[in-house]
Amino acid sequence: MQSVVLAHQVDFAGWRDAARRLALEGVAPEGVHFSVGAPDDLFAQAGDAAPDDPPPPPSGSFTVSRSLVELAQTVIQAREPERFDLLYGLLWRAQHGERKVAELVTDPAVQRAVRLAQSVRRDTHKMRAFLRFREVPPEGTEGDASRYVAWFEPEHYIVEANADFFVRRFATMLFSILTPYRSLHWNGTETRFGPGAEPSEVPDDDALERYWRAYFSAIFNPARLKVSAMRSEMPKKYWRNLPEAAAIPELIRTASRRTETMLEALPVDTIDPKPRRRAAAPEAGPALGIVEAEPVRPGTVAELAQAAAACRRCHLWEPATQVVFGEGPADARMMMVGEQPGDQEDLAGRPFVGPAGQLLDRAIREAGIDRGTVYVTNAVKHFKFEPRGKRRIHAKPDLVEIRACNVWLEEERRAVKPALVVMLGATAARAVLGRAVTIGRERSQPIALPDAYGSNAQGFVTVHPSYLLRIPDEDTKQREYAAFVADLKQALALVNS
Amino acid sequence: MDLLAKLEILADAAKYDASCASSGTEKRDSLGAAKGVGSTEGMGICHAYAPDGRCISLLKILLTNFCLYECAYCINRQSSSVRRARFTVDEVVRLTLGFYRRNCIEGLFLSSGIIRSPDYTMEQVIGVARTLRVEHGFRGYIHLKTIPDADPLLLEEAGKWADRLSINVELPTEGALKQYAPEKDMGGIRRSMGRMRLGIDAAREKTRAGAAKPPRFAPAGQSTQVIVGADPSPDRAILRMSSTLYGAYGLRRVYYSAFSPIPDASAALPLRPAPLLREHRLYQADWLLRFYGFGVEELATDALGNLDLVHDPKLAWALENRQMFPVDVNSGTREALLRVPGLGVKSVDRIIQVRRHRGLRMADLARLRLSLAKIAPFVTALDHRPAAELDSARLSAKLAPQPRQLALL
Repeated sequence: MQSVVLAHQVDFAGWRDAARRLALEGVAPEGVHFSVGAPDDLFAQAGDAAPDDPPPPPSGSFTVSRSLVELAQTVIQAREPERFDLLYGLLWRAQHGERKVAELVTDPAVQRAVRLAQSVRRDTHKMRAFLRFREVPPEGTEGDASRYVAWFEPEHYIVEANADFFVRRFATMLFSILTPYRSLHWNGTETRFGPGAEPSEVPDDDALERYWRAYFSAIFNPARLKVSAMRSEMPKKYWRNLPEAAAIPELIRTASRRTETMLEALPVDTIDPKPRRRAAAPEAGPALGIVEAEPVRPGTVAELAQAAAACRRCHLWEPATQVVFGEGPADARMMMVGEQPGDQEDLAGRPFVGPAGQLLDRAIREAGIDRGTVYVTNAVKHFKFEPRGKRRIHAKPDLVEIRACNVWLEEERRAVKPALVVMLGATAARAVLGRAVTIGRERSQPIALPDAYGSNAQGFVTVHPSYLLRIPDEDTKQREYAAFVADLKQALALVNS
Repeated sequence: MDLLAKLEILADAAKYDASCASSGTEKRDSLGAAKGVGSTEGMGICHAYAPDGRCISLLKILLTNFCLYECAYCINRQSSSVRRARFTVDEVVRLTLGFYRRNCIEGLFLSSGIIRSPDYTMEQVIGVARTLRVEHGFRGYIHLKTIPDADPLLLEEAGKWADRLSINVELPTEGALKQYAPEKDMGGIRRSMGRMRLGIDAAREKTRAGAAKPPRFAPAGQSTQVIVGADPSPDRAILRMSSTLYGAYGLRRVYYSAFSPIPDASAALPLRPAPLLREHRLYQADWLLRFYGFGVEELATDALGNLDLVHDPKLAWALENRQMFPVDVNSGTREALLRVPGLGVKSVDRIIQVRRHRGLRMADLARLRLSLAKIAPFVTALDHRPAAELDSARLSAKLAPQPRQLALL
């Protein structure tokens, strides 16, 4: 039986080197026992714990999966004397045909290691959570900084591995963390480990602790008493070092009385200086989803946009963020009508700002049109979508919605009086022309409008830019884009004629 | 009024906000810093638990509980007789840094009653965050409550200092909001959420070389809270709302807060508090929507649209969809395994990991610390096939929790 004595409880390097040597020498787990040098004399004899000339490792290839290394680094912190042997057993198996042994989480030995690792991680987490510093004001000359001292009782050997966390967080403070087996001191530039300490080495009180206790008591809601939930996350063994825990018994004892008092007290009628604007619960709309609505009065674009913000003519308003009204000069010669706002337009409250809008901008530029002279709007002014996890998927507006929204488009046309209405896609064409339109058959030519709303406007149909975005084949996409730009050029010529 | 009394009043006033998360922000630390303190490393830390079982991660306070609004469910509404107080910026800064240095908190969650105007209030709240970050080099977590329809420039600055921003939708429908919170407006809340999403997305976008870096904006995203049981909306309506909000605004979380009795309650409210179990079921359903591939309309509810209080939502779904079971743990797809009652995301991933190497028996599942009683009727393993359980009319009763446990909740 070979015996390996490690320098201290978390001597990972010592274990790793010995394990590597033993495995290459072919020493089976049954033939090895690891232990830690007693007493834990890391500090008393830093130099002579390790032999001056460690035996050179035997040659041979030796690779260990990353998951096993990580498991070993965690398990080595566990307060379990057998952990080194357990890990050597896993390492041995990894070298003998079970390279991914760490993944066999239902294997009894792996399971034991995984449980130990979980326990170490939990302890680590609790140390970061429940350790409390007390401030020790400077004694000496002015300008000296306070020191912060904490006492914590970890279940495992986790102080060393946790040092970096506390240093990253409190790098600008001078602090010491004292535990029964190890102490950690940070002087602002380096970390020093020392032997275990006594709780009496931490000051008794701290000026801010009663504030913290007051906060803890006030944030507690007595109407939701759930003592077992608290204790499963913050077990009683931690309470003696938590300043706020002193308040717990009283909070529990008085909780039900405080709640009863609240429930028994007669509700107070609101004493409101202003008359209450109390709206009745909204009623379901009649069939077809059309909600009775006030007639729309003609007005300027700004007035229309304001009126439309409260539109309830169909049910699309409900899940949407906002109405996305048309935008552009009030006397624009060209009006472009799209289908409906998309995700980005709905968030921003402006038409054509998303991917399709960016493509439209590009095409407009290439067609020689000044974007600032065009009034852009949509046939439907709310975004219609299906929620799909973390995204909203565009849904095509149906006839009911297009008709319900048409009143706004009509009023926009009446207000702007464009010379040309460019319909982008089938929904826009349907809304403006009042009939089903096949884009391929009717695009690229002037179309008479059924109602010109006080102007002598012409219509013009082309594709919607989002159609171009959806074409998978690159060549077709290029060709269709060029046709779209050509259409826009033709539209410009119609406006100028 | 002394600071201790203010702290008591303004923490008490903040406790009805359920959010406590301090996770998911960028990595920061104080190494090499000349001044300041703090770090954030992805995972938040719960520094204490109150006897209501809720985690205490942040110093959660109101800047003031004076408020112009008259929201019926709120302890701080204008007509409430609650004691009022107001912190100065310096007081909040001192408390935050003091508690942080003692390792009591991960940071600050600051909200406020509406005083003078939404913009004025927002400026005050931002002032605290700015002072902490700029003057004191504070690198801990900051969550700011945003006031709906505050000036977009103020929102921009709030996003610059805060890790997380939030606006509470408060109630599930516009009608309920009108009735219980007459000064609030669902449209304004959604517009602000939309603006925040655009800011968050822009800040996350990878910058092309040479392009200006987008301004920092709430790296931990946005969240919201809805009060359950103050209005008659059923669970399905609430979950539909959540699903819309997750999709539209990329929220990290929707918090559900069972309407809880408050001192000096308004007559407009229901007489009894909503059961905490209902809140729990909503959280379970919310998880199913976000991590288990369920859709809102699939969830089993009663005729009114409320989730079952006896069975958790996944089990309730399984009992209504028995034809989907049993699922073979050795060959079932990840999607199918996620729908097995008693299997969580982690267990499913472990099962998939192990079965690449060896076939699974029931003892293996027990070693994964799974409840065999709960999963046995719904799975097959090398040495197990469910008997007639799936056809049994008594399965539902058999899987119901013991009445004693139910009473405790």
